[in-house]
Order: sequence, then C-alpha cells, then structure tokens
Amino acid sequence: MKASVGGYARATDLRHALDLLAASDGMGRVLAGGQSLIAALNMRLSSGDLLIDINSIDALKGVSLDGNRLRIGALTRHAEIANDPLVAQHAPLLRKATDLIAHAAIRNRGTIGGALAHADPAAEFPACILALDATIHVEGPDGPRDIPASDFFVDVFVTTINDGEILTAISLPMAEAEERQVIHELARRSGDYALAGVCLVRRAAGHRIVCISVGPRPELATAAMARLDAGDTDGAVAALRDALDPPSDTQATAAYRRHLVGVLLHRAIADLNGETA
Amino acid sequence: MTAAFSDRIDIALTVNGESVEARVPAGRHLVDFLRLDLGLTGAHTSCEHGVCGACTVRVDGQAVRGCLMLAAQADGAEVWTIEGLSDTGAVADLQAAFVARNALQCGFCTPGMLVAAADLLAVGGVPDRATIREHLSGNYCRCTGYEAIIDAIQTVALARSEKGVA
Ligand SMILES: Cc1cc2nc3c(=O)[nH]c(=O)nc-3n(C[C@H](O)[C@H](O)[C@H](O)COP(=O)(O)OP(=O)(O)OC[C@H]3O[C@@H](n4cnc5c(N)ncnc54)[C@H](O)[C@@H]3O)c2cc1C
Repeated sequence: MKASVGGYARATDLRHALDLLAASDGMGRVLAGGQSLIAALNMRLSSGDLLIDINSIDALKGVSLDGNRLRIGALTRHAEIANDPLVAQHAPLLRKATDLIAHAAIRNRGTIGGALAHADPAAEFPACILALDATIHVEGPDGPRDIPASDFFVDVFVTTINDGEILTAISLPMAEAEERQVIHELARRSGDYALAGVCLVRRAAGHRIVCISVGPRPELATAAMARLDAGDTDGAVAALRDALDPPSDTQATAAYRRHLVGVLLHRAIADLNGETA
Repeated sequence: MTAAFSDRIDIALTVNGESVEARVPAGRHLVDFLRLDLGLTGAHTSCEHGVCGACTVRVDGQAVRGCLMLAAQADGAEVWTIEGLSDTGAVADLQAAFVARNALQCGFCTPGMLVAAADLLAVGGVPDRATIREHLSGNYCRCTGYEAIIDAIQTVALARSEKGVA
C-alpha cells in the first residue's frame, strides 16, 4: 500500500520543529529515522499526517560526556551507537543491544529517540534505558522537561511525552568500574523483534532487571532483583516468572514466554559472572 | 494544511552519479521515486514495511531500505542503485560470483542482496559465514536457501583480499 501524507516540512532547528508541531493542529508527526513511522504510513495505519522531518537538526545528534553523565542525542542512529567508543565504555548495554536490533540497513537510519518515543514493548532500547536508570530529556513550547525512565513508558506505543513536545536526548549515569551490563534475548530470525528478552545490570546499589516483550511496557522486576541481591539465582528466576503476565500471540504463548525469561535470566546471570550457561 | 507544510517537495540529488531535480509528492518513498519517476526498476518494491530487503539501495555510502525513506528526505543525497553499481563495475565480481554459484533463481531479491553484500565487503577483510548470514538477515530470498548466496559473497571476499583490494 502507499502512504497518504498530509504534508511535509524540514525543520532547520529545534525551535523551528517545535513551531511546526504547534502549527499542525494535532496532525503533526515527528519524522526521525522513519524505520517505524514510514512503515506505518505505508500500511496506512494513519493518514493525513503532517510530517516534521528533524533529520537536519545537528543539535539532536551525537554522544557526549556531560559532567558525570553520558548524553546521547535523540537523533543518534543505532549504527552510530554500535560504533561509539563513549557508549562502549560507559553504557555497554546499549552497544550490545544494537547487535539485536533489526538489520544493518535499518540500523543505519533508526534513531534512539525514535525507538524510545515509539515505545514498542518488544524493542530493546526502552528496556535498556530503564535498566540503566536513564533520564529522558524533552523540549516543548514551555521549555525543557526531564523525565526519569521509570515514569516515561505508559503502555504499548504510549509515553508521557505530551503533544507538542520533542524528545531531544537521553542521559545516563556512567557505568561504575565494577559494573556489569548484559542483554539476552530470543528471536526467530536474527534482527526480528524478540519473543522475550532480559536486560541485567549489576552495580554497587544492586541488580536491575528489565524484560523485553513480556508486557505492555518495560518495568523493573523488583522481586527478582531483591532475590538476586541476596545471591539467590533460582529464587530470582522463580520470582521473575511469578511476577510476569506475558501476552500470547502468533509468535509465542504466554507460558512459553514465561519459560523463556527464566532461561534468559539464567544465561544473563552466567554471562554477568563470566561463565557460559 | 498550514502553509508551512507542503504536499509536493522540490529535491535535488545525485542518482548513480548524475544530478537529478524533481518535485515529489510528500508521501512518496525513495524506491517509488526511483522506479516510477526515474525508470530505475532495479530496486524492487515488495513488502513496503522494511522486512524483505528487496528495496535496499545505497544512500550517502550506506545501505538503507528504499521503502522506509521518503524521496523528500533524499534532498542533497548521493543515491546509488543496482543500475549505477553495475555500470561502474563496482559489483561486477559479486555479480559474476552470484551467477557462478547459482546464487539467484528468480532474481527478485538479487539487487537488494548485492547492495547489502557490497555494504558488508566495503568493511574489508574476509567475513566468516556467520557474519555474512547476520549481515543478510534482513534480506529475504525465497528461491535459493541462502547457502549459495553466502558461498558467492565469501568467494568474492577471499578473491578481493588476495588481490589486496579489500
Ligand atoms: C523490519 C524491521 C525490524 C525491526 N526490528 C527491530 C528490533 O528488533 N528491535 C527494535 O528495537 N526495533 C526494531 N525496529 C524498529 C527500529 O528500531 C526503529 O528505527 C525505531 O523503533 C524507531 O526509530 P526511528 O528513528 O526510525 O523513528 P521513526 O520511525 O521516525 O518514529 C517513530 C515514532 O516516534 C516518534 N518520534 C521519533 N523521534 C521523535 C522525537 N525525537 N521526539 C518525539 N517523537 C519522536 C515519531 O513521530 C513516530 O511516532 C525494526 C524496524 C523494522 C522496519
């Protein structure tokens, strides 16, 4: 099928993009990498959208250190995150995740801001940034706003970004010297959305676990985290399986997903400890 | 529609080394522009949601999904399709290896496969089969079962490295 688009405008800077959004009568749609949006437009999941292309806004691009935090611009592409030395050093989870996201040609265009704003519970980056306790920075007509990752995801494809706001960057604490970050998932074909996945972080304050593809939004698996902090691996796996109520669909049943997260958590723990599961 | 948005966009780009200027509908994706407006029918329109890889073209040096980029976004870009890559001989060795190894039957996926393969080989070195497979994970072939395609790409990688061009 073909897209039915209401109009297109190329934003020259963030202010211009916000003005365009404000002038669009609720029909405005930010176009970042287009790897989810243009697919949806081609399928006519929506029509008449007024597209605001943010790809020329340099201020939204790139990775930098900001005090003791790592800052990643919204328009940083998956392939750039995969190859960025600051990301590899300070947020290795994001680098590892890029191996699992889609295919090379899609990673060349897709952006981290787009992936977060899209908020697909089967996507890797939303789970990762919650596991890393990141902050999402947005800008709207009334100025900038910071949203903790734990308050950002609401439901399938729904976030707390308001109409008229644009996601500008994320920032996250730099990994501690002893910190470990791993991601494990299962997909039917390399690059497909995962049937289930587990992000696991171990830092001085304790473990953080967030699953992929098991609910409407990424959530911290607090019960399993507490078991793992107590050194109880089997208890953590049991707590994780108990806490989840995953969906059944054509890809996998709920029972199969619940089984998989346990297997994946075992693998993630072994990986964290430098063993092979 | 407010005046700030247009439903037809003027673009200027290069396609296969030639300058092109055009006015494109806002919703037209790059492959339709290449096929319908420029008559370059090598890249194929198939699933149109990024899954099959038949539309893969090179934009500013990188393999991208032609169906997931708007023609309007290609303003100022350098686009190469299988037609241009064939004319310059950039993928001649890959094409010869695909024929020699029977790496195509119907040929529908082949332009996308070649652009994706060229993208991988541009990195240099001789990728192992798992790496080649991984790089082509986003390109469907419904005829060959992939083994012959991987054979062909590995053969070319080896030959290029022996010639010292990789
Ligand atoms: C075949 C295929 C397989 C894929 N597999 C995976 C996978 O395994 N894992 C995975 O995580 N992803 C996968 N993706 C999706 C891919 O990662 C997308 O790039 C990503 O989800 C969206 O990013 P984008 O930059 O392309 O956003 P776009 O498609 O441009 O936008 C997506 C949505 O976010 C909004 N948006 C974008 N940027 C901003 C911003 N800065 N501020 C506010 N709103 C914004 C848009 O308006 C739109 O609603 C796949 C895509 C395809 C086509």
